[in-house]
Amino acid sequence: MTLVVEAQHLQKRYGDFVAVEDVSFSVAEGEIFGILGPNGAGKTTTVECLQGLRKSDGGELAVLGLDPRSESEELRRQIGSQLQESALPDRLKVWEAIKLFSSRNPGGPPWEHVLEQWNLAEKRDASFGSLSGGQQQRLFVALAVANAPKLVFLDEMTTGLDPMSRRVTWDLIRQIREMGTTVVLVTHFMDEAENLCDRIAVIDHKRVVAIDTVDGLIEAHAGDARVTFSTDLPDLSFLEALEEVAGLDRNGRRVTVTGHGALLARVAVALDSHGETPVDMDVKRASLEDVFLNITGGNVT
Amino acid sequence: MKTLQLAWVELKLFLREPLTVVFSLALPLIILFVLGGVFGNEPSGPGEELIYRGVGPMSYYVPAYLALVVASVSVISIPTHLAGNRERGVLKRFHASSIGAWEVAAAELAVAFVLSLASGILLLIAANLVYDFQPADSMLAVFGVFAVLVVGFASFGIFLGAVLPTARAAQAVGMLVWFVMLFLGGAGPPPEVLTDVMRQVADFTPLWHAVLITQEAWLGLDAGLSWLVFGAITIVSAVLALRFFRWE
Ligand SMILES: Nc1ncnc2c1ncn2[C@@H]1O[C@H](COP(=O)(O)OP(=O)(O)O)[C@@H](O)[C@H]1O
Ligand SMILES: [Mg+2]
Repeated sequence: MTLVVEAQHLQKRYGDFVAVEDVSFSVAEGEIFGILGPNGAGKTTTVECLQGLRKSDGGELAVLGLDPRSESEELRRQIGSQLQESALPDRLKVWEAIKLFSSRNPGGPPWEHVLEQWNLAEKRDASFGSLSGGQQQRLFVALAVANAPKLVFLDEMTTGLDPMSRRVTWDLIRQIREMGTTVVLVTHFMDEAENLCDRIAVIDHKRVVAIDTVDGLIEAHAGDARVTFSTDLPDLSFLEALEEVAGLDRNGRRVTVTGHGALLARVAVALDSHGETPVDMDVKRASLEDVFLNITGGNVT
Repeated sequence: MKTLQLAWVELKLFLREPLTVVFSLALPLIILFVLGGVFGNEPSGPGEELIYRGVGPMSYYVPAYLALVVASVSVISIPTHLAGNRERGVLKRFHASSIGAWEVAAAELAVAFVLSLASGILLLIAANLVYDFQPADSMLAVFGVFAVLVVGFASFGIFLGAVLPTARAAQAVGMLVWFVMLFLGGAGPPPEVLTDVMRQVADFTPLWHAVLITQEAWLGLDAGLSWLVFGAITIVSAVLALRFFRWE
């Protein structure tokens, strides 16, 4: 397994203000690595240090084997990036942007090819300012990979997009990975991280608080699933006796059972053997959101 | 080649801003016709107080306006454009894609040159059609001086764009500098009517020295130390511009 990003104890201050206190993680070749955390957690600062756009104040960094502090010029030629706060001139045309950015790396594909590949051919003469949010993100994705990088950084690609455009953008990100490019994806959306990322580093209060796969995080930090149904049975102690059940909460006819493992199947079988087969039975597996609430103690915004 | 590409893109972008283009091209013409209409082209006679360095007003103003044209493009348009690009994150976007500060500066210089040239040619054509004035000693020498002026003023403009944080600030400061230069720098009221204090201030404006070296090439009048001063302003601006250039 080749590591394309290695960060150890990254630290960054703006004047006296510490924006990133202690961030360590590594990214393997070919994965989509998520950096998830609330606004102000230090995600953007972290990836901008990795791209050599800011100079870190402490820690060891290696990106594609280069030091972002001293070899930033060379590094930026080899990576692709989509910055959280950046734009293009409103009157710049789509083809001009792609041509300008793909000329940066002589080894990259011809710009006309990039235009086709990202479905921008019919928008080639449209100006940046006239594109919709989703189209602008499509262009930014195309620009990020226009120089055929091995690694791209994408910072908050879907903030401000409508749900439809978000899905489309997710597909674009998967498409980047299918080209064999490693992706570091910064987001504050749980569903985005859950849907796209192979592994996730959760950053909160300027530190990494957990790193794992989505399943691993859920397993370790939010094991409980939740089964709900309605019943008229007066006594449900037989459910509480089940090994899988951790808690039971009753509100009139409405019952919520929390627990782990094969909770749904066990509860259903037990109810059935007592002559109850609720039609409104529902299960909610723990999600990344629960993980997040558990390890950060709330405050998702 | 790569540098030229950004320059070419920037030039096209500039031409797509109709207001800026009209402003850059029309401003010198308006001033030409207003001041030309007021002063005519009669040199001050013997015994009268010496004014316009002893030549006719139009013979004085045409080379002065050439310098003014270059100053307008570089001091008003470039700082606003650069600071605006920084404010909107365009510069950071360029930086992330390994476009260098040199390339950005070279692109601005190229835009300044093309625009100044267009504006200058328009000015000369208009002046020729309407006024009588002393022809240039050597058009080639004038063109050489013109190119030097572009480099100098563009460096000054890039310096302003590098240190001013927002497009608004850049526009306000650019306008202010431009007006001060216009009134004191020899392209507005004749220098002989300025007070001593005003003339001392004028000595610090690049335009005053630019006017003198252009008139040297055009009218054969001595420019004194102005070559030296203008050269120093150019170098200091260029060094400070690259030193204080910020991507965000
Ligand atoms: N250029 C800057 N100067 C000063 N403070 C900054 C700057 N950029 C970010 N910060 C501060 O650093 C902290 C982390 O910001 P950021 O890395 O953008 O977080 P995130 O991307 O996770 O939302 C925030 O408190 C933010 O206000
Ligand atoms: Mg951010």
